[in-house]
Amino acid sequence: MSENMLEIKNVSKQFVKELDLAAKIANTFGAKNKEERVHAVDDVSFHIGKGEVVGLVGESGCGKSTLGRMVAGILPMSDGDIEIAGKSIKPSKEKQDKAASLKVQMIFQDPFASLNPRMRVEDIIGEAPVVHRLVPASEKSEYVAKVMKKVGLDPEYRRRYPHQFSGGQRQRIGIARALAVQPEFLVCDESIAALDVSIQAQVINLFMDLREELDLTYLFISHDLSVVEHISDRVVIMYLGRIVEVSPTEKLFEKTLHPYSEALLKEVPRIENRGLDYQPISGEIPSPLDPPSGCHFHPRCRYATDKCKSEQPKLKDYGEGRLAACHLIEE
Amino acid sequence: MSETTNEEKVTLAPIETPFKRIWSDFCQSKVALAALIVLLIIIGIAIFAPWISPTNPYDLASVSILDGKLPPGSESLSGVTYVLGTDGAGRGLLSSIFYGLRISLGVGVMSALVALVFGAIMGLSAAYYGGRVDTIIMRIVDIQLSFPAILVALILLAALGKGVDKIIIALVIVQWAYYARTVRASALVERSKEYVEAATCLALSDRRILLRHLLPNCLPPLIVIGTVQTAHAISLEATLSFLGVGLPITEPSLGLLISNGFEYMMSGKYWISFFPGIALLITIVSINLVGDQLRDVLNPRLQK
Amino acid sequence: MTDTPILDVQGLETHFFTKDGVAKAIDGVDFTVRKGEIMGLVGESGSGKSVTGFSILGLVDPPGKVVGGKVLFKGEDLLQASDKRMQNLRGDRISMIFQDPMMTLNPVLRVDTQMIETIQAHEKVDKQTAWQRSRDVLAQVGIPSPEERMRAYPHQFSGGMRQRVAIAIALLNKPDLIIADEPTTALDVTIQGQILYETQKLCRETGTAMIWVTHDLAVVAGLADRISVMYAGRVVEQGDINDVLDNPVHPYTLGLLGSVPGHNTRGTRLYQVPGMAPSLFNLPKGCAFQPRCEFATADCQQDQTITEPVPGRAVRCCHPQLEVSS
Repeated sequence: MSENMLEIKNVSKQFVKELDLAAKIANTFGAKNKEERVHAVDDVSFHIGKGEVVGLVGESGCGKSTLGRMVAGILPMSDGDIEIAGKSIKPSKEKQDKAASLKVQMIFQDPFASLNPRMRVEDIIGEAPVVHRLVPASEKSEYVAKVMKKVGLDPEYRRRYPHQFSGGQRQRIGIARALAVQPEFLVCDESIAALDVSIQAQVINLFMDLREELDLTYLFISHDLSVVEHISDRVVIMYLGRIVEVSPTEKLFEKTLHPYSEALLKEVPRIENRGLDYQPISGEIPSPLDPPSGCHFHPRCRYATDKCKSEQPKLKDYGEGRLAACHLIEE
Repeated sequence: MSETTNEEKVTLAPIETPFKRIWSDFCQSKVALAALIVLLIIIGIAIFAPWISPTNPYDLASVSILDGKLPPGSESLSGVTYVLGTDGAGRGLLSSIFYGLRISLGVGVMSALVALVFGAIMGLSAAYYGGRVDTIIMRIVDIQLSFPAILVALILLAALGKGVDKIIIALVIVQWAYYARTVRASALVERSKEYVEAATCLALSDRRILLRHLLPNCLPPLIVIGTVQTAHAISLEATLSFLGVGLPITEPSLGLLISNGFEYMMSGKYWISFFPGIALLITIVSINLVGDQLRDVLNPRLQK
Repeated sequence: MTDTPILDVQGLETHFFTKDGVAKAIDGVDFTVRKGEIMGLVGESGSGKSVTGFSILGLVDPPGKVVGGKVLFKGEDLLQASDKRMQNLRGDRISMIFQDPMMTLNPVLRVDTQMIETIQAHEKVDKQTAWQRSRDVLAQVGIPSPEERMRAYPHQFSGGMRQRVAIAIALLNKPDLIIADEPTTALDVTIQGQILYETQKLCRETGTAMIWVTHDLAVVAGLADRISVMYAGRVVEQGDINDVLDNPVHPYTLGLLGSVPGHNTRGTRLYQVPGMAPSLFNLPKGCAFQPRCEFATADCQQDQTITEPVPGRAVRCCHPQLEVSS
């Protein structure tokens, strides 16, 4: 088994809106104010091998963006641990190893908000490498030029500001910024969702080229199953904070295990599917503030039984690298 | 289908700094442009007052009480024409206004700047660190802002006494809260933007993120508040001087000039208060007009 | 099926007169929509697809201005109609659904108030009848317990529900044509599925024609009967959905379809249309796609007229690619 680049172990994240002073005072008088607790990510575990591309899929409230940010080190975990190349990312008592935290970088969704509008492109890309002594300040300009060429941007324009570039080019600047600190692992959070179809194709090709060239590992977060099918080796599907299915890509698209995966794949519009007779699943996505009991999906699942309402299904291994959390799958 | 490279050519737009764009947008309003020119003239007068004043109203040797209370346009016994007349002590009003502008603007701008720096640091820290720090700073701001500015200033000056530095301190204490609140609001919005997350991901230090990433993007509302607050500071100082608790007589600002001439208003010698009042009015209105246009220009929602 | 189309757009041109020059947002849009038909209007950013919808309804604000062409709605040219006539038509015979439902919904009014208002603006009915009709339409779009939910404010609905309310409002007066501008782009896949289902059902049942503006070819593939592909302000290809998607003829459509990832492209490199979309201030002479087209010839410098290289297909191209393997 190849050494794992990423190990996510029982990670949870809760967002708590605590009671303020007024509510606490009201409580002493008998009011039943409760703090609001959202289980954005609920006991999630999986691993990513070196060089793999894993697609993380789900709809709003599933926790994929939150999980991505925890992996990238932007959000702290409430529970559990994440290991990058065998080392935990939690701040330890020893002096923070800056180089380790640079191993994971994130590519963001919004090409407009993800770049500092008041910095020149050269500084956006070159700031971190210089600060972290990867490159001496005197060589910053050449280094930035090299990185820009790698993502397909003309280095001549490195003194310009972000607003002078198009959406696709800005996304490339974001990728260059991440690559400049020589990461081994990239988390792409809906990185192509905001781009036009033809630009998406360019950026997808770029991701694949970089994977070959630099031996990168990817966690590709997306709601677009067509893209995920195109580039991922494996797919993880999340619903309301929990993993419902993990599967190698080809197997997943041949046959799904979990009812939610089944519904998702049927709902996703595909260019090959014409004149559809839609049979969508009913119901709204529940609010993460008040998730259903037992299996989160049971209110919308057409196979639901009583057991599904009361007991949370555990993620079970069904062989061939396939895992699913459902009471009703026989093996 | 032919093979294509991954390269993209950027359109050949010239390097357009944000400043150039702001300037060209600013010039769209003729009124604001006119106000800016007036403001620059006023600032010029204030800086070069000693060289361009027709007389020196504070040179006791050249001032004679016999020249006192002359109406505008009249000639004195010594042959000097006082374009705007003289005040009770015989000082030329035009020159007094020039010197007065110097002090008014100096005090106003100085206090606004110091308050801006202090308020910005407070606001940024509150937004970035959140939690307790935020609560404490913002409660102080709230308390401060619930008192009328004049009241706070009067109390402070009663305690501190007279003097230019004391007035500036009082004005700073009265003003910093506005800046802090504005910067905090702006910084909170910016902090949730993805480029700040990216900076965190790149393991940049807190200080760097605050100063290099957050602060430059919080400047637009800060600049707007800065211009408006400068006008506010100037008029506040004028009020305090008018009431007699502001600057000492040796440093007469426009407010003091107005105050000096007040007793003559009823006897028909209006010009002693009137002209300094007009000068004050023009200064404040032009600052406000420039600030208004800046606010529209720098408003990200109105752009694109 | 009557012969006169509900909507016949001919040579529509809308320009934006800005201080940086004239942006030709639409420079030659031609398409027809028949009764009960769903037409997919597809294009990338800058193609002018949204401006087309606004131009048809007369909702283009300065510095934009419709400068040419005809928009024949049931034979009547909307571009020549008076403001009052347009006001009567909007919301009654032609409705619009926006990407952001909050563009339709007033956040300070209850949903029932807004719906009754919409009905009474075009028809003299009493409040009770209007209320009843609103309730029925809400049930039609799949809102559970409509009588109760009607009394709520927009912010009390989820995103998907809000969009359904917006669709319901568009349907209230049983319009002949609905223009939907990216209504499901911001919604989750499963919610999008529900909305597509409701929409398709309604159009089949009521015979309402629809123009579905989007950049998502996959959505249009499942929903629409016909498709018009836009590029740089012009419709470059138009025809039956299956014909166009299986056998595209315009080089841009070919390139676009090649860029879409999916089942068959796994592991391969996606086709990249070379270059960038032209600036609307400075369109190339003749065919706008020419600088990026691998089949370009000298003829492309001429203005491209609409031809019909294959029956039922309208194309703006002097060398449509009829023999290409996908």
